[in-house]
Amino acid sequence: MTTVSNLKHNKVVRKVVQISLLTFFLCTLMITTLSAAETDGRWHEIKTSLFGDRAIQNGEDVIGLETPYRALDAAVVPISIESKITQTQDNYIKSLYLVIDNNPSPIAAIFHFPGKHNWQSLSTRVRVNAYTDLRVIAEISDGNIYMVNNYVKASGGCSAPSLKDPAAAAAHLGKIKLKLPMESSLGNLLSTQLLIKHPNSSGLQFDQISRQFIPANFIRTIQVTFNDEVVFTADSDIPSIHFGFKPEEEGVLKVEVKDSTGRTFNHSVDLPNQEKG
Amino acid sequence: MTKHRPRGDLNRWHTLRLRTLVVFILLCLDTGILQAQPSGFIEIASGIYLRPGIQQNFSSHNRGHIANIGFIVGQQAVAVIDTGSSYQEGLALRRAIREITALPIEYVILTHMHPDHTLGAAAFDQDTPVYIGHAQLKDALIRRQTYYLDRLEEVLGSTAEGTRLALPSAGLEIDQEVKLELCDRILELQAYPTAHTNNDLSVYDRNSGTLWLSDLLFVERTPVVDGSLLGWLKVIDYLDQREAIPVVPGHGPVVNEWKEALADQRRYLEALLSGIRKIVRKNGTIEQAIERVGQEEKDNWLLFDEYHGRNVTASFVELEWE
Repeated sequence: MTTVSNLKHNKVVRKVVQISLLTFFLCTLMITTLSAAETDGRWHEIKTSLFGDRAIQNGEDVIGLETPYRALDAAVVPISIESKITQTQDNYIKSLYLVIDNNPSPIAAIFHFPGKHNWQSLSTRVRVNAYTDLRVIAEISDGNIYMVNNYVKASGGCSAPSLKDPAAAAAHLGKIKLKLPMESSLGNLLSTQLLIKHPNSSGLQFDQISRQFIPANFIRTIQVTFNDEVVFTADSDIPSIHFGFKPEEEGVLKVEVKDSTGRTFNHSVDLPNQEKG
Repeated sequence: MTKHRPRGDLNRWHTLRLRTLVVFILLCLDTGILQAQPSGFIEIASGIYLRPGIQQNFSSHNRGHIANIGFIVGQQAVAVIDTGSSYQEGLALRRAIREITALPIEYVILTHMHPDHTLGAAAFDQDTPVYIGHAQLKDALIRRQTYYLDRLEEVLGSTAEGTRLALPSAGLEIDQEVKLELCDRILELQAYPTAHTNNDLSVYDRNSGTLWLSDLLFVERTPVVDGSLLGWLKVIDYLDQREAIPVVPGHGPVVNEWKEALADQRRYLEALLSGIRKIVRKNGTIEQAIERVGQEEKDNWLLFDEYHGRNVTASFVELEWE
């Protein structure tokens, strides 16, 4: 565009500077647009892998989602999900997907429900690595798919999405706790919390110097049953799930947890309310 | 420009030069250059230099200079204690050391994993020092490195350039004590069970009686629970039995009356403990705890709104297993 001899002229130099600046701004603009597209691209990829080309509808009337405005502790971000539909044997939420677009493992959990236990709310805790969309996608028994999403800001300061004391977690590996209301009676919805101790190392953390990965060791599936009938299963490593559950008869609420190394951990309580190992 | 000064101006020129010299000397005195103290650093005890951190959150304004960092000069070697938030900050620390002494930098002590203490360490690679930390420091850094480096770049932009991890080459097991000899002075390093983090380390200088507690003690600034609330309270019990003057906290001024500062920190952590326990007992939620617990401490601490909710969250997850 300009020859070397032209550059001696101040006017031309100014012009070149102007052009360079313009190019710079255009590039910056393109980079900004690209990164936005990249984020969308991430969701597009996840969506395709989970649902292929099936249509996803706005889920505002089906699902409620509460997330904090900002993750306070990147390792423990509490979220609550509400079922806005009355679930019946013929119309129920079959699967619930929890997706965090910008996490290294974006699919945080997939819950499956057999449709026998009506539930209204479910809360859990997730890790949030970066500023991200957090999505809940519900697949209804009739095959329709609905989605709601919230934007969550990453935490400030020195908070990291890692376990604070992996050695302590490993020492109590597989310990499970079921917390039920003080008084529970049959036929009522019981707000129940399931807690699991596990180091949950993703296997994605790489030691640059020894060129080794911290070995993968995380929970793969969680299954909750009542008198051997499934209440829900979750493909996830989340260590806490609050769920509503309505026992109509006496029985045993049981949890079975499987991890990536092939171990299985069990725990159960008699209802109404006698915890046992 | 002043080569062909007219003669008449000579007197004025001399006066000007004299004035400049006086101003320069005053400046030197002020910044401590004549006392061999690099700017921003204070000598808190003989041979112990501290760059006090700014009591703010990590930002591009303060360039991440938020932690107390420094170094100890012995007769034959230098030991660095914590390195700042970025490679740039590490280099500045190294330049400050070189203004004072040409002795080899043999040890870089990392008191725990947090980025404002560890991410300047690579600036000392050229000195091939022994990087020392808690035995669990390496694992903790590896787990968090991508996250720490990404966030640093996000907040500091180009100031973060060059920052990389320097992992400890030597680790102390929990409760183990190790003595580092800098010829005339002996530094006693001690590793703690999980408290502020799962990799806390303190440094005690026998010569001066200085105890560098780093983030095991927060002065004026909201303490951050990133290890174990119960564990930290136990470590505080232990520290309360120790004698030392002065004490260097990880954030806040160096204190002689440090047992009072320790008691303040204990009071805050105990408020978290009793408040969260009450809510856990009633099967309450993290959100309820964030709203209610410890609010009476709000006016006692800097950056309370930035860190308190996070402390409640982290401690809740620990205490619901009791």
